[in-house]
Amino acid sequence: MIKITVEDIDGGVQILEVPEGINLNLMETLKAYEYDMRATCGGMALCADCHCKIIDGADHLPEPQDAELITLDSRPDAAMNSRLACQIRVAESIDGLFIKLMGHSG
Amino acid sequence: MGHITTDICIIGAGPVGLFAVFEAGLLKMRCHLIDVLPQVGGQLSEIYPQKPIYDIPGFPVINAQELVDGLIKQIEPFKPTFSLGERVDELNRLEDGTFIVRTSEQTEVHAKVVVIAGGLGCFEPRKPAIEKLEQFEGKGVAYMVKNPELFRDKKVVLSGGGDSALDWTIFLSEVAERVTLVHRGDTFRGAPDSAEKVFALAQSGKIDLVLQSQITAINGNGHLKEVYITDKKNEVRATEADFLIPLFGLTPKLGPIADWGLNIDKSAIEVNTFDYSTNVEGVYAIGDINTYPGKLKLILCGFHEAALMAQSAFKHVYPEQKLSFKYTTVYGVNTF
Repeated sequence: MIKITVEDIDGGVQILEVPEGINLNLMETLKAYEYDMRATCGGMALCADCHCKIIDGADHLPEPQDAELITLDSRPDAAMNSRLACQIRVAESIDGLFIKLMGHSG
Repeated sequence: MGHITTDICIIGAGPVGLFAVFEAGLLKMRCHLIDVLPQVGGQLSEIYPQKPIYDIPGFPVINAQELVDGLIKQIEPFKPTFSLGERVDELNRLEDGTFIVRTSEQTEVHAKVVVIAGGLGCFEPRKPAIEKLEQFEGKGVAYMVKNPELFRDKKVVLSGGGDSALDWTIFLSEVAERVTLVHRGDTFRGAPDSAEKVFALAQSGKIDLVLQSQITAINGNGHLKEVYITDKKNEVRATEADFLIPLFGLTPKLGPIADWGLNIDKSAIEVNTFDYSTNVEGVYAIGDINTYPGKLKLILCGFHEAALMAQSAFKHVYPEQKLSFKYTTVYGVNTF
């Protein structure tokens, strides 16, 4: 199991236990766990709807590509620890990740 | 401004709204389209014009913008008319069952049928979370540059790190008294040429470039007077400003559609899958904006919905006529 701690927009915290080999990105995984994830662009790193902040575990994530960084620049509430969930593959290497969802309104 | 009379008023000029013109046209119904964006194509043109789409029947792969261009060509014979860059604010049903649709630019469309093909809603500027920001909208805070003359000899602060922030900084540096660009990062990744120009302008002292900083508060007395810029050390400084232009792109919002008496479930309009009609007689909803059991947000599904909608809308446009289903292979595309 891959454990991912998720703090939602209202501050509620839940630990997801995701089976290994799920073959989804983090945005899709959150959607599958019924988080309100609009994802206008469907995972192309273009809309920033799946903006989240990494509270813990950032070291285990691959570096963001240019497309993701450009899109994050369009979010006024982005910070140094911001990522797009759609660009993070859910795999054993991210076990223990703690994210805070930022929602699609900002 | 203006008054337009048509058979069908289509709200949203994305792929599904465009194809609805074709299906309506086959049944001799004329269409007027309204879109809040300045160009047709909806999300395809606004968000991912160069992305390939693989699930359009007959096209193993097609770029989003190519699909939009193809749709425009396909509907050309039916002479649709457009109001672009206008948001639909009001939908009123008249006693005779027809509709008046009113836009943000006071355009009035009188139509027998209204088709909402609004995708995810209206694209609106993404607003930073700054207290009192909305209070100063139209009083110094603007999210786009409509008339550059408004900024002549004024102190203008722009905020953002994307292409439009760079482009307007360069443009306004020739117009405004003083331009300040505030950006959270220390680099601009989007357009290297524009970024170079902005750095050069800053170096020559023509503009103020404030990097690794954010606007955290604004103030004024009836009209914007100053903005407060916080740097990464959390030090705050006040800068005089007649105008603040936050440029953080567009994001879709359901917008006024929510107030038209339609049954809405989680930001989508509930429809009857028999003909994609809503709970208001004569109003249909097709494409990503609608919801029903089994709904898939695919362009493909929107096209299907448009075809069924048109067959049903016919009875509102031509109540005296009987409709007989025809294939384009038999009769071709007969235009007006």
